[in-house]
Amino acid sequence: MIRAALTNRSLVIGLALSLIFVGAALVSFVWVPQDVATLDIANKMKTPSAAHPLGTDHFGRDILSMIMVGARTSIAVAVVAVVIGMGLGVPLGLAAAARRGSLLDEVIMRGNDLVFAFPSLLIAIMITAVFGPSALNAIIAIGIFNIPVFARLTRGAALSLWTRDYVLAARVAGKGAVRISAEHILPNVTNLLIVQGTIQFSLGILAEAALSYVGLGAQPPVPSWGRMLADSQTMISLAPHMAIFPGMAILLTVLGLNLMGDGLRDLFDPRIRRDRR
Amino acid sequence: MLRYVLKRLVSLVISLAVASLVIFLAIEVVPGDPAAYMLGMNAQPDTLAALREQLGLNGTIPERYLSWVAGMLQGDFGTSYTYRTPVAEMIGERLWISLPLALYALTLSTLIAFPAGVWAASRRGSAVDMGVMGVTQLGVAIPNFWFAMLMVLVFAINLRWFSAGGFAGWEQGFFAGMKSLTLPAIALALPQASILTRVMRSSLLDTLSEDFIRTARAKGLTRRQVLWRHALRNAMIPVLTIIGMQFSFLMAGAIIIENVFFLPGLGRLVFQSISARDLIVVESVVMLLVFAVIVVNFAVDVAYAAVDPRLRGRR
Repeated sequence: MIRAALTNRSLVIGLALSLIFVGAALVSFVWVPQDVATLDIANKMKTPSAAHPLGTDHFGRDILSMIMVGARTSIAVAVVAVVIGMGLGVPLGLAAAARRGSLLDEVIMRGNDLVFAFPSLLIAIMITAVFGPSALNAIIAIGIFNIPVFARLTRGAALSLWTRDYVLAARVAGKGAVRISAEHILPNVTNLLIVQGTIQFSLGILAEAALSYVGLGAQPPVPSWGRMLADSQTMISLAPHMAIFPGMAILLTVLGLNLMGDGLRDLFDPRIRRDRR
Repeated sequence: MLRYVLKRLVSLVISLAVASLVIFLAIEVVPGDPAAYMLGMNAQPDTLAALREQLGLNGTIPERYLSWVAGMLQGDFGTSYTYRTPVAEMIGERLWISLPLALYALTLSTLIAFPAGVWAASRRGSAVDMGVMGVTQLGVAIPNFWFAMLMVLVFAINLRWFSAGGFAGWEQGFFAGMKSLTLPAIALALPQASILTRVMRSSLLDTLSEDFIRTARAKGLTRRQVLWRHALRNAMIPVLTIIGMQFSFLMAGAIIIENVFFLPGLGRLVFQSISARDLIVVESVVMLLVFAVIVVNFAVDVAYAAVDPRLRGRR
């Protein structure tokens, strides 16, 4: 498995890209090139140099440091949103599959359809209209959107597992639906969940950036990639580097996570890989 | 078929009712007193009473919900508190930008994805295929509002081919209007085109590996004839679903992209309303977009059942 992982190009490149940004976020807790809270107006909008490898913004803050600290916001929002989506979606999907065709199944699936009709942007707009903008609202909005994604995936995969002989054996042995779901179904959908989790993680980063960009997510002074892009917009002709680097950070992180997701899928299910090529 | 449509119609009505209830509860009930929220802390008691009267807040919650729904069914979305104009009128004006923008982007996305997907699938494993897949991988990872900003930098600021933002107005003519929407539509279309290309390619590859394709080849049709006559038609079903789903994503995405280009569409309206605490407008725009998503999905489901009778029995 490890050898297969190392020869999987998507997985290796994706993992490396993702680790760079996770690493940057972690390092930023103990060290950044320049404190992001101090303003240095004399050095504002400087293009990249030895002192500031990615230049400075309109307040003279070091963009590399801002990106490192901003990575924390993006990653935290996206990870918590995936945890919310999995935490609620997976049990719902397992329950719906265990009681296939029942009222419970119907209610869960229709509920999923309903949530699907609300893109996370609209959820964020509603929450923000009532409670005001914050990173927490972004987490809730993206998290809610993730629930039906995991619920559907889990239900679909679990349904086919329920017809397997080993599940029948477990039922004959007198195990209840909850125990079967936990002991036999869940472990067999874990791979799928990991792959989908990676994809939702990358979508979460994109969504967080978009929400912060329009002012519905993280608020200043908390640095976030989306806010950096919003700030750079009016100055794009004077200081294009202010827009280019945070955008590259988002692009590379999302690309890394997507490649990692593709790589993991190939690794877990080599059959698909052969079919796809 | 009729039975299927009726069944779907019932579930459409239920979805709309539940969605409207969720929106109503989130925006009008959760904040407590919307009038007090909209006016802020220093509101005078008589202004507050007047606004409560105007918003019809004196009734019970079920009464208010029913009158809101009844109003919407007659095209009355209430009156904006900040602009003092009917919300339906404001939305109507903005729709003339957001809707053409979404449709423009949908058209571009389909026009790009269709040939690219077919091309990649018909030359599976070649450099063309790898190139198309690589570009789409970038396309899904790029934040579209950032791509929009880069296009402004290149095509508006440096090359001066387009204006950096704003809307020319349809009264300047169709082409002037479309020109203002071109960069925004490209930005919106890029990620969707990438997704659609991938779906098109994999759906076509799945179809090409089926037995009836081998039979068609065996009876002497060329690869090209098989592709155009047999494979494409059968590969279209998943592609149509994605196109249907994309419409709703494009409407929501338009809200963000309008911000980059300062287009006076629904997106600008909703953000202005959020900062002005004009809950009535926010509520109406959200309801409208959710309505669009639910109705488009219904239309796609019915269209499917018409095309493929096997799907009628499912769900």
